[in-house]
Amino acid sequence: MGLIHEVDYGTPESQAEKQVTLIVDGKPVTVPEGTSIMRASMEAGVEIPKLCATDMLDSFGSCRICLVEIEGRNGTPASCTTPVSEGMVVHTRTERLDAIRKGVMELYVSDHPSGWNEERGTGLSEFDKVATEVGLEENRYGLDGRNHVAPGNGSLNIDYLVRDESNPYFTYDASQCIVCSRCVRACEDVQGTFALTIEGRGFESRIVAGMSENFVESECVSCGACVQACPTDALREKTVLEHGMPERSVVTTCAYCGVGCSFKAEMKGDEVLRMMPYKGGDANHGHSCVKGRFAYGYATHRDRILKPMIREKISDPWREVSWEEALAHTASEFRRIQHQYGRTAVGGITSSRCTNEETYLVQKLVRQGFGNNNVDTCARVCHSPTGYGLGQSYGTSAGTQDFDSVEESDVIVVIGANPTDAHPVFGSRMKQRLREGARLIVIDPRRTDLVRSPHVKADYHLALRPGTNVALLTTLAHVIVTEGLVDEQFVRERCEWDAFQDWAGFVADEANSPEVVSSYIGVPAEDIRGAARLYATGGNGAIYYGLGVTEHSQGSTAVMAIANLAMATGNIGRRGVGVNPLRGQNNVQGSCDMGSFPHELPGYRHISGDATRAIYEELWGVKLDNEPGLRIPNMLDAAVDGSFRGLYVQGEDILQSDPDTHHVAAGLAAMECVVVQDLFLNETANYAHVFLPGSTFLEKDGTFTNAERRINRVRKVMEPKARYADWEATQELARALGLDWNYTHPSQIMDEIAATTPSFANVSYELLEKMGSVQWPCNDSAPEGTPIMHVDGFVRGKGRFIRTEYVATDEKTGPRFPLLLTTGRILSQYNVGAQTRRTENVVWHDEDRLEIHPHDAEQRGIRSGDWVRVASRAGETTLRALITDRVSPGVVYTTFHHPLTQANVVTTDYSDWATNCPEYKVTAVQVAPSNGPSDWQVEYEEQARRSRRIAPLAAE
Amino acid sequence: MSPDKLVYQANQIAKFFHSKPHDEGVAGVAEHINRFWEPRMRRQFFEMIEAGHAGFDTLVVEAAAQVRPPPPAQTVPG
Repeated sequence: MGLIHEVDYGTPESQAEKQVTLIVDGKPVTVPEGTSIMRASMEAGVEIPKLCATDMLDSFGSCRICLVEIEGRNGTPASCTTPVSEGMVVHTRTERLDAIRKGVMELYVSDHPSGWNEERGTGLSEFDKVATEVGLEENRYGLDGRNHVAPGNGSLNIDYLVRDESNPYFTYDASQCIVCSRCVRACEDVQGTFALTIEGRGFESRIVAGMSENFVESECVSCGACVQACPTDALREKTVLEHGMPERSVVTTCAYCGVGCSFKAEMKGDEVLRMMPYKGGDANHGHSCVKGRFAYGYATHRDRILKPMIREKISDPWREVSWEEALAHTASEFRRIQHQYGRTAVGGITSSRCTNEETYLVQKLVRQGFGNNNVDTCARVCHSPTGYGLGQSYGTSAGTQDFDSVEESDVIVVIGANPTDAHPVFGSRMKQRLREGARLIVIDPRRTDLVRSPHVKADYHLALRPGTNVALLTTLAHVIVTEGLVDEQFVRERCEWDAFQDWAGFVADEANSPEVVSSYIGVPAEDIRGAARLYATGGNGAIYYGLGVTEHSQGSTAVMAIANLAMATGNIGRRGVGVNPLRGQNNVQGSCDMGSFPHELPGYRHISGDATRAIYEELWGVKLDNEPGLRIPNMLDAAVDGSFRGLYVQGEDILQSDPDTHHVAAGLAAMECVVVQDLFLNETANYAHVFLPGSTFLEKDGTFTNAERRINRVRKVMEPKARYADWEATQELARALGLDWNYTHPSQIMDEIAATTPSFANVSYELLEKMGSVQWPCNDSAPEGTPIMHVDGFVRGKGRFIRTEYVATDEKTGPRFPLLLTTGRILSQYNVGAQTRRTENVVWHDEDRLEIHPHDAEQRGIRSGDWVRVASRAGETTLRALITDRVSPGVVYTTFHHPLTQANVVTTDYSDWATNCPEYKVTAVQVAPSNGPSDWQVEYEEQARRSRRIAPLAAE
Repeated sequence: MSPDKLVYQANQIAKFFHSKPHDEGVAGVAEHINRFWEPRMRRQFFEMIEAGHAGFDTLVVEAAAQVRPPPPAQTVPG
């Protein structure tokens, strides 16, 4: 298989309806009005040479290469900036044009290494190709005079800049730059960071990052858009400079966040040279972030464990064994535990990092093989309240829109989410729309970048006290109801009217008015009123929310409150509006869809439903338990009680990612057989008895489902490094347990999912091959999927308004713990950091920091960079402080990407009332200066080190 | 799980349903427990209710009658 070349039409597609026909080099072509001649020509199959144009960016018209002649017009206009008109006759290759292009290219190479016979780049850039295409052979201007190419040859060349190698992933070589400004425009228009600019004029013009800084020291976020845009080798991936251009590529889906970007994995031999964003990907349309684009090095990191290992006790060193031995040992242990302690004494945890097919198999293994429903997934600790809340209000558990919908939003409300860090590619889309004039309301205790960044400013930033979401959302509803802003027609037609009236009466109560609520949520009443009016009357209102909504003791209530707001204002069921949970992990949507919850079979069907169970009982040939199984926290409780003894964990690090680390550790330590299947010896593996090596997304076929319900293909680009892809390992374990599983390809697993799950009925690999991706529901009533849900009616029929009474969390501040700790992510790192910490991304973030307001810091005598102790009722940890007014007085904030910090030592075991989703976003803490790591951290590090020992193999 | 935690979680559910009309609230609490609580948790719940544990919210106590009894605990050989 060769390298996939995507056609570059040179300028963006025109959305006009009116069609125009013209003739290009004798070929007639019909295109929408407003299309450039360049694009129309490409559609006619005539490629016009170009340098400054690419279809990811608006036309610019600076390079003078794409000139054409038009009959009846003077001169040689640039084809990229000249729109087509009816009957136009265009010539792209004439003697005159050839001469001009050649002349222009010769001017370019006179100040470029290629004109100096120097080989500095790949020799295979777009620039090099255009030079060949126009037949350029010489540089008659010579090598004398001012230039940006010669390092000086002993004398000083003030125009020469040494290469900027500061970014770990790409270099900037100014000598190759032709100042076409594609990188600057990509940074502005696509990414929205505005880190690059052109400094100087005329001959002195050059691209600089930030205030003439190194790339890595500037505000550059290393998304790679500039590198992708650069037509020369001035900005180029280091891997390509070292190894040459890739030779083949495979389209696959990123395994980081819930945006689910499509990438071309570009390979040379068996090595990934680079990940190039795929323009055909409907989630990302050719854009990327630093994680997906560059941080794939963990896949080949030396820490990866490639052989199965077992040990008797967790204090023993690991012993490498064959797959056969590891699987047989696991199967016999699980059967022994079930025999000894009962059928329900074992369970499994599916991974939101793994594919739908793999997740499906793990829950099948638990239900069919273990004969119980003790299966759960990491969504327990993130979006389980979304599942519950949206299920109650709308009848289904997923975001209502596709990402493209934001292009038509007029008011964007971001609640408890930080898309520019945690969902960066969608964050960039959102910023594009905001720069076009959409209004913005940010509800977050912390001043995220969206609140104020270049060319983006929130109309309202409601910096509420952590834990008061429901009060705020309900008071917004109060304003909408009492000021008569309800979309009554929508509510009457689409929602349960009685429930609406009950709810309206409830929210209208004076106790829910902004003037009353503002005193305890810390947001001025007039801001609340202003924001409510803006959302209700500003046109298409779209709500995007994240874990800042769900990870609370009232997480599910807050989700319902959001659903109420959207219904009351009629902001549901068309483009530009909706309720959109931003999913954390690449496949957290999919893992929920696939029946990973202990009470649900695939497609969100409750386990107590006889008809649903019958489908699987017939197919699997077993009787299924009709009782809900244990959720993760329940498993740990049951383990401590002694009734739960064995756990199969695929691709999940519960010790690091679940709350109250001490409790998780106690639960794991009480078990007799913990099986961890992962890429690395993660923190949970410190308590494991069996380790099964996992496989990366590059090593398997399958599908991921992103936050828009979009099912994207994952394609194998290399053989599994540890023999089995994860789905194969689960299948081998099932076989060792005596199950007759015979899947030879993940497509067969998808066929089983489609055959048993109504919302997936028409999904198949064949369809995905044809469509690229589809959004569920995908069945006979929506054969090509469903970009927008609830268009003509809610999934449950009529939308249901639900009372959302604010109940203050029991995690309260007091004299001992006067500050509220909340947590979040940073752009360059991902969740517990198992992957990103094993890449060069540590350049941007090598430790978690505690953000604290200057006022609180001064009171405690803390300076920026000092070690501080953070203590809560649950535990304490230490990290270094970062003084900032991003957080309000009384609030502190940290990320949780590094295991030594173990922010979850501090978090409590309070959880959402409906789903047990932990209350990560609110912990009462005290902060004090400290000398260094706490005793616990020192002990933990020692314990982790000892538990990771692998015994040397005895000589055979 | 610890009795305190079980009471706490049951009462948390009740707090949400307190804002509903009384009968709906009682039914809501029971349905929620039936849908999401594994038999071990329900078994412990009934033991505590029957023992007259003092900590439960009144709505929880009322809902107990509508909570599905768990299947009998498995008899483990040996």
